[in-house]
Amino acid sequence: MNDMSDKPEFNGSSHKGRPVYLDYQATTPVDPLVVEAMLPFFTEKFGNPHSRSHLYGWEAGDAVERAREQVAALIGAGENEIIFTSGATESNNLAIKGVARLHKDHRNHIVTCATEHKCVLEACATLEYEGFAVTVLPVSDGGLIDLDQLSDAVTDNTSLVSIMAVNNEIGVIQPLAEIGALCRERGAFFHTDAAQAAGKIGLDVDVLSIDLMSLTAHKFYGPKGIGALYVRRRPRVRLEAMIDGGGQERGLRSGTLPAPLCVGFGLTAEIAAEVMDEEGARLTALRDRFLETILPRVDGIQINGDMEHRIPGNLNLSFAGIQAEDLMAGLKDLAVSSGSACTSESVEPSYMLKAIGLSDELAAASIRIGFGRFTTEQEINFAADTIAAEVERLRQVKSIRQTSAA
Amino acid sequence: MENPVYMDHNATTAVRPAVKDAVARALELTGNASSVHASGRVARSLIEDARERVAALLGARPRDVVFTSGGTEANALALLGAAPGPDGGPERPRVLVSAVEHVSVLKAAPDTETLAVDADGVVDLPALDAMLAADGRPALVSVMLANNETGVIQPLAEVSEIAHKHGARVHCDAVQAAGKIAVDPAALGIDMVSLSAHKIGGPTGVGALVLFGDTDLSALVHGGGQERGRRAGTENVPGIAGFGVAAEAALGGLSDFASLGAWRDGIEAVLGGHAGVRVFGASVSRLANTSCLTMPGVQAEHQIIALDLEGVAVSAGSACSSGKVEPSHVLAAMGVPAEEAATAIRVSLGWNTTEDEVQRFVEAWNEVYAKSKAKDVAAA
Repeated sequence: MNDMSDKPEFNGSSHKGRPVYLDYQATTPVDPLVVEAMLPFFTEKFGNPHSRSHLYGWEAGDAVERAREQVAALIGAGENEIIFTSGATESNNLAIKGVARLHKDHRNHIVTCATEHKCVLEACATLEYEGFAVTVLPVSDGGLIDLDQLSDAVTDNTSLVSIMAVNNEIGVIQPLAEIGALCRERGAFFHTDAAQAAGKIGLDVDVLSIDLMSLTAHKFYGPKGIGALYVRRRPRVRLEAMIDGGGQERGLRSGTLPAPLCVGFGLTAEIAAEVMDEEGARLTALRDRFLETILPRVDGIQINGDMEHRIPGNLNLSFAGIQAEDLMAGLKDLAVSSGSACTSESVEPSYMLKAIGLSDELAAASIRIGFGRFTTEQEINFAADTIAAEVERLRQVKSIRQTSAA
Repeated sequence: MENPVYMDHNATTAVRPAVKDAVARALELTGNASSVHASGRVARSLIEDARERVAALLGARPRDVVFTSGGTEANALALLGAAPGPDGGPERPRVLVSAVEHVSVLKAAPDTETLAVDADGVVDLPALDAMLAADGRPALVSVMLANNETGVIQPLAEVSEIAHKHGARVHCDAVQAAGKIAVDPAALGIDMVSLSAHKIGGPTGVGALVLFGDTDLSALVHGGGQERGRRAGTENVPGIAGFGVAAEAALGGLSDFASLGAWRDGIEAVLGGHAGVRVFGASVSRLANTSCLTMPGVQAEHQIIALDLEGVAVSAGSACSSGKVEPSHVLAAMGVPAEEAATAIRVSLGWNTTEDEVQRFVEAWNEVYAKSKAKDVAAA
């Protein structure tokens, strides 16, 4: 079953002889249109976008500003509210530390939640070490925060609430509009890590009352190494820079901007805005198809995370009695993961799954299946069949072992 | 229209063809380097290959290469993340930086102390010794290897010797030097080195901080624990792969780079023949590709516009500040009067500069110079 030669060749995101890629929350293939747009900026249009004295600089600078408009348009922001960074990790660090440190004299409390990405929790831990008060809200079994608990947590001393838009392991969408309204009412800034949300759900910073938003290109078909932080101008959000120097990005993030990456990010955002609705519908159908195939064939599957408030390209499934590690080892033709890529080298069960109430045992029996723009129905069928067969095989092996041990 | 002659390689360089190929190939691969499946492992191996190549540029251990988003972040990480000294301790070290450092070093840390340079732009070593002797706290000394505006090369071996005598660590911004001259930080006694890919034929958006000896850091950007916990964030795989290829090509091309010196000297011989033209740092060791020189009586902005009309791209200094009209802090630190500094431009050649381009630049400069003199005569 797991011999490479048995795997049919698909036209989707799997290249010839390579496993079917179902890890779209870790990273995505770069859209070929995006690659094409980027390449000239490595060679003939290679100028430093900050060079103001010649054509090379101007064309690179103009391209960067065009990209800034494209990114801004995706989230209903103004182009002067977009700070380019190296990715969502940097954006999250900049937003959280930058706002907290600047406002520490009159407000020194921040609120976040237990299922945030590790970089948000680590940034908050650093602040706690520096003397800030940090509240980490729990989440429900579905993975959503409780608005009453949030309301209780936010005080006159709270400078920042950082709650992610979409979770990277279970794909659930937090109630952003409600969080935004509550923060606005209390005078706290609302930051959201939208790394997994951008290009997948509509995000309008004004409608949702978002003050700061982290974005990254490589989670929605753009290149790695480029992201952005949206920083609201009205009412103005002030923050401290982490990287000082040439004063690029309005002094909030110094360093030469990588023009090819900015160009790629811009087009990524523009394409996403165009295809979001259609792509969402197609991925929902693929997800339903996957579940319809696998659920009747395999007993004891638990779907982790709320299914109603969820992006369509994510599933997180627990298979009772099976180790995710064994399952993945048996799925050589599929690229899936047991959770966040950053921590996927660790053997610890996912802290996010534990936060939604899974036991260590069940958390260790879970895999994340992420699909997207280049996933085909054939690949989804193949994945459902392959996983069902492998789970069945592992359960048989286990039952034989138990029988022979008895 | 013919592309302008590009004489601003210290701002950024075009990527080498082999780098473009490597970047383009990596862009077509999917995979997060931290994922354990096959796609992730391919990304991981690209990064680790590149780490070896970048390490080789400096004779470092691959594990001591920390990839960043560029030189500016590497400088910030070095100056903000540095341990207080070999003995450790909770306090941040004193930070001493030379007056001609890149602005990303000058502004990286609060309360930096400035180390003077002489008229050629070389750091004042006795002053460094005195500053360190006067205060026994742990210190970090940051001196660049080659200046971005003048190309002047600093005596890092002496800087390190003095710093280490006082128990201080040494950071060196080698963004403009590595890949252009042979750099052996271990022999020079340097503890940390900043690099940037796009100055040596690699892509923008990637750089590194390279550690030597037992030097360690606390992270500036926290998160998923990438780069051995020293710099979190999903790695820019295509950028890093491109950096590796660029580092290898630059290392192999050091003698080609040195030979740019003949063209640069030729330019200075012709241009310097005109009365009042001054070349900064000409009497000390410099990068072979860089010339910072004045056109007497002609403001740099006017030279740049006039040269642009003649089809030549140069700059008045570093790109980061080239949108502003402020005079160069580098020339000011060298004691150059403001009026004279305002007439200086930077000419920098690169790996793909041709003799024809050098010729076209010289002709364009002569043309602009002649017109300015004609105007002076007409005005007189």
